[in-house]
Amino acid sequence: MSQRQEVAVSTAQNAESLDLSPAMGIVEEMSPVTSGDIIPLLQRIQDAYGYLPPEAVLSVCEETGLPASKVFGVATFYSQFGMEPKGKHTVRCCKGTACHVRGGNRVLDTVEKTLGIRDGETTKDMRFTQETVACLGACALAPVMVMDNTYYGKMTPRRTELLLKEILKEES
Amino acid sequence: MPTTKVYVPRETTAVSVGAHEVALGIERHAQATGESVQIIRNGSWGASWLEPLVEVEVGGTRIAYGNVAPADVPTLFESGFLQGGEHPRRLGPTQGIPYLANQDRWSFLRCGAIDPGSVEDFKDHKGFTGFEKALAEGPEFVLEAVLKSGLRGRGGAAFPTGIKWRTVADAESDQKYITCNADEGDSGTFSDRILMEGDPMSLFEGMAIAGYAVGATKGYIYLRSEYPITYRILLEALDEVRDAGWLGRDIRGSGFDFDIDVHLGAGAYICGEETAMLESLEGKRGMIRYKPPLPAHEGLFGKPTVVNNVVTLASVPDIVNLGGEVYADYGVDQSKGTLAFQLAGNIKRGGLVEKAFGVTLRELIEDWGGGTASGRPVRAVQVGGPLGAYLTADQLDIPMDYEAFTAIGAIVGHGGIVVFDDTVDMAVQARFAMEFCAIESCGKCTPCRIGAVRGVEVIDRIVAGEDRELNLDLLAELCDTMEDASLCAMGGMTPFPVRSAVEHFPEDFGAGAGEERIHE
Ligand SMILES: Cc1cc2nc3c(=O)[nH]c(=O)nc-3n(C[C@H](O)[C@H](O)[C@H](O)COP(=O)(O)O)c2cc1C
Ligand code: SF4
Ligand code: FES
Repeated sequence: MSQRQEVAVSTAQNAESLDLSPAMGIVEEMSPVTSGDIIPLLQRIQDAYGYLPPEAVLSVCEETGLPASKVFGVATFYSQFGMEPKGKHTVRCCKGTACHVRGGNRVLDTVEKTLGIRDGETTKDMRFTQETVACLGACALAPVMVMDNTYYGKMTPRRTELLLKEILKEES
Repeated sequence: MPTTKVYVPRETTAVSVGAHEVALGIERHAQATGESVQIIRNGSWGASWLEPLVEVEVGGTRIAYGNVAPADVPTLFESGFLQGGEHPRRLGPTQGIPYLANQDRWSFLRCGAIDPGSVEDFKDHKGFTGFEKALAEGPEFVLEAVLKSGLRGRGGAAFPTGIKWRTVADAESDQKYITCNADEGDSGTFSDRILMEGDPMSLFEGMAIAGYAVGATKGYIYLRSEYPITYRILLEALDEVRDAGWLGRDIRGSGFDFDIDVHLGAGAYICGEETAMLESLEGKRGMIRYKPPLPAHEGLFGKPTVVNNVVTLASVPDIVNLGGEVYADYGVDQSKGTLAFQLAGNIKRGGLVEKAFGVTLRELIEDWGGGTASGRPVRAVQVGGPLGAYLTADQLDIPMDYEAFTAIGAIVGHGGIVVFDDTVDMAVQARFAMEFCAIESCGKCTPCRIGAVRGVEVIDRIVAGEDRELNLDLLAELCDTMEDASLCAMGGMTPFPVRSAVEHFPEDFGAGAGEERIHE
């Protein structure tokens, strides 16, 4: 099946279940939406849903008159945007040079081992998504990891494991 | 009982090692003991290795306590730290910490010192005096001062700021823009962030002065989305500054209007390149534009636009206030003024060091950085971010100077310095540079889009020992093509780290294969 068909199928499947009102609310708040607003618009939709549901994006295009080609073009260019549902928590490990030399790989390995997922993947129970970033800008205290916008500097495999297990335990 | 001022940074690195928890701990403990404290969430002084760096104001002097953990709070109180008492974490007066005392602070003068959210504190530290002087003396005065200062862009390309501003000032248009490049994507760099979190109002002041000088009424800050704390601090500070009447309509009765919006990026390194940033600000994919036209002629929405880095803009208020000559007294030859160097990687004391140009890498790495964190010898240093060349331990005495670095095929760039000890495998680093380019390429031109992918493959073959000589020649040729034929510096400069790694560290690419290598 081609990718396009896949999107179409999943769109059809989710169309009934997805609540479009948050997306429409955002459009209303930002109205009039012009092509200059595409990035903030997508950011807000992603904040609301945790990802960019293609059907929500399509409806927004219809509502605003923005060409879908343009909006999807933007959504696929930037790494911040994702069209797959994400986990409740997002763990981001830095792969930049400064973190790399301070053992960033070992932190990343620990995340992958503890959660059983790789870069860009989400756990089956939808609790964690893991991503890698080129630099988080806290390089002086490398290696750096970010969990849902909370920064952790001078990370060690041990502290990484403790942090993840604590969240797993708290929520189970 | 008098209230004691306690400073606990709300800066990203400090927060990443527990500054919030420390602040909370101090507040609770003070409540419990009935002591009166005012906790000020300042920025960082830049000595990141000492974070969280807590300060207590005692008789007008700030006494520093370094690497404070939440668990230290009870003993700090027992030691009478509110009166500056002795404690294993006590470092003495902040101003006396050698790492900070020996710098040439210009752009980062207020960072750490002030409350970033307080207009009053900013003004107490000479904030807005440059802007006031600009309004009093006129645009021509500002343009002259910036030109005389010799200030060059701190974002990487080092273009003379005065010339850029003059071009925009001379352009005829109903609308012009000031855009601040706060994308700071280079790994190993964080000076823009430290400035915005510690002294955001100096950036706004610099932008307003720029707007006044060139005739622009609207400014944009393009901030990378990876900086959530910075974003909040910027928005809060903007509100304060607007409320105080230093931004908005008819600023302080001058008749000059200027306001600033903050736009968040969406995770694309290439959007740090100025034309890609403008595309992104316009809501498009961050694809590089052909030049000409220069942004100074046709920039944002086709209008004449100043694009400057955060630190460039924040250097301007004091240049206007004190005079371009005073700034130009710092530095060497064509590299005037100061640069905020950022120490990271395998280094004992990572952080920000603002020094006049002319300081050597060795001084920065040894005197400030304290050498490698591992205690092993330095083998390589990457200066200027992921597109910067690797230097060897023999090149550490070259002064920090744009031209001196160009002469050895390197760049100073945004001032990031990442140190590697003798365990580094430079073939891995070279591969990383190519891979980074392959991932971050905007895809507009072939040498970069395809070349970087091929580059990774060629390096893999070299490392695997497949037709080594042949593949090394191929890599050299590929680097030449990327450098000559890429549309922008992404593809054009990726050869810098790759070539320097191959040239300076041939043994990591299988030269003398069979000999034992120390760095496995
Ligand atoms: C791939 C690439 C990434 C860049 N990233 C940044 C950046 O993150 N921040 C920045 O200020 N300049 C960056 N630049 C440089 C800008 O294109 C531009 O020269 C600069 O913003 C101009 O401001 P300045 O003259 O004050 O340095 C980058 C350039 C390239 C080619
Ligand atoms: S060199 Fe790379 S990033 Fe620059 S325009 Fe070409 S493809 Fe885009
Ligand atoms: S290199 Fe990891 S935070 Fe910058």
